[in-house]
Amino acid sequence: MTNHAALTDLIIKMADDELILGHRNSEWTGLGPVMEEDIAFSSMAQDKIGHAWALYRTLHEDLGGEDPDRFAFMRPEKAFKCAHLTEMPNGEYDFSLMRHFLFDHAETVRYESLQESSFEPFRLLSKKVKGELKYHTLHANAWIMQLSTAGEESYIRMQAALNHSIALAAGVFEPSAEHEATLIADKVYPGEAVLYQRWLDRIYPVLVKASLNMPDISAITPVYGGRQGFHTEYLQPLLTEMGEVFNLDTEARW
Amino acid sequence: MSNDSLDPRVNRLKLGDATAVIKVEEGENWNIYEVFHQEKRGAHHEHVGCVHAPDPQLALVFAKEQFARRKKCVNLWVVRSADILAFDVEDEDMFANNLEKNYRDASGFKVMEKINKFKQSK
Repeated sequence: MTNHAALTDLIIKMADDELILGHRNSEWTGLGPVMEEDIAFSSMAQDKIGHAWALYRTLHEDLGGEDPDRFAFMRPEKAFKCAHLTEMPNGEYDFSLMRHFLFDHAETVRYESLQESSFEPFRLLSKKVKGELKYHTLHANAWIMQLSTAGEESYIRMQAALNHSIALAAGVFEPSAEHEATLIADKVYPGEAVLYQRWLDRIYPVLVKASLNMPDISAITPVYGGRQGFHTEYLQPLLTEMGEVFNLDTEARW
Repeated sequence: MSNDSLDPRVNRLKLGDATAVIKVEEGENWNIYEVFHQEKRGAHHEHVGCVHAPDPQLALVFAKEQFARRKKCVNLWVVRSADILAFDVEDEDMFANNLEKNYRDASGFKVMEKINKFKQSK
């Protein structure tokens, strides 16, 4: 079997991204730009939490990890491995939407690659979330098109959001110094560098269609650190809020 | 009256003066799309309601959320309400059947007996 520590590391990275971004996106509930979009965005935020739960459960059941709820809500900030992209405050809808677009395409190429993973729970999960991710990226693409062609202010905002998020989004593909080679050798997944290229191939045509200018990808420095437990000032307040009810009584039965 | 919400997230939206006149810019108005829902493959698409959206693609996205989240669904159609051609309400009389022609109503045929007999003979 694949190196236990390597698999655990990859699962925690993926799950924490889903949990944190799911919570961030759910902060739009009740505040979305129009009612239908409010419902759509909230429902996709729930999907993310669902993906996180499935991954935490895999950790618990297949790799002898902790109970999913305790693992999600009781860890210190340092133990989280989410990318900085997911931690950032929501800002305006342009940023939140651009983050959703960039992240969900990244998520899609990742889960697609897991269809051939040597780790069976990954294969099952990727099959399960396929339809959801297809819908998420359809939604994201439609909005990117809509807002980038909706007038000057709208276009400028979308371009600014892209310029602001691209290095953060590239940080999602931070490879693990310790485990990357093992995971690739064991055919768990093709590795971050491959996913990064596939992701670029996926987002580029949409951005071109929306007439947005892709920032020079060779000139950007991906924002790394999250995978190693170094986080922005925004994560701890979010974790405190997320765990507020759970931590009132950690032994409570729900 | 300004929005003095206790929720900082609402204040962050800077909604401004609630009584100010809002000017609608050209192209800003969204369309209404009628939504047709298909429950299983081969079934008819049935009209289930409408959504408000800036273009057909987003109308589909919104329709999925409003009408396919809980109920079983395999496909959806959206059609701009403005593209639907309908009869005038006062033309309803065209549909009224002449009482003397009720021999034309398919419901008038008494065939169930024959059908049942045929079925039993099988």
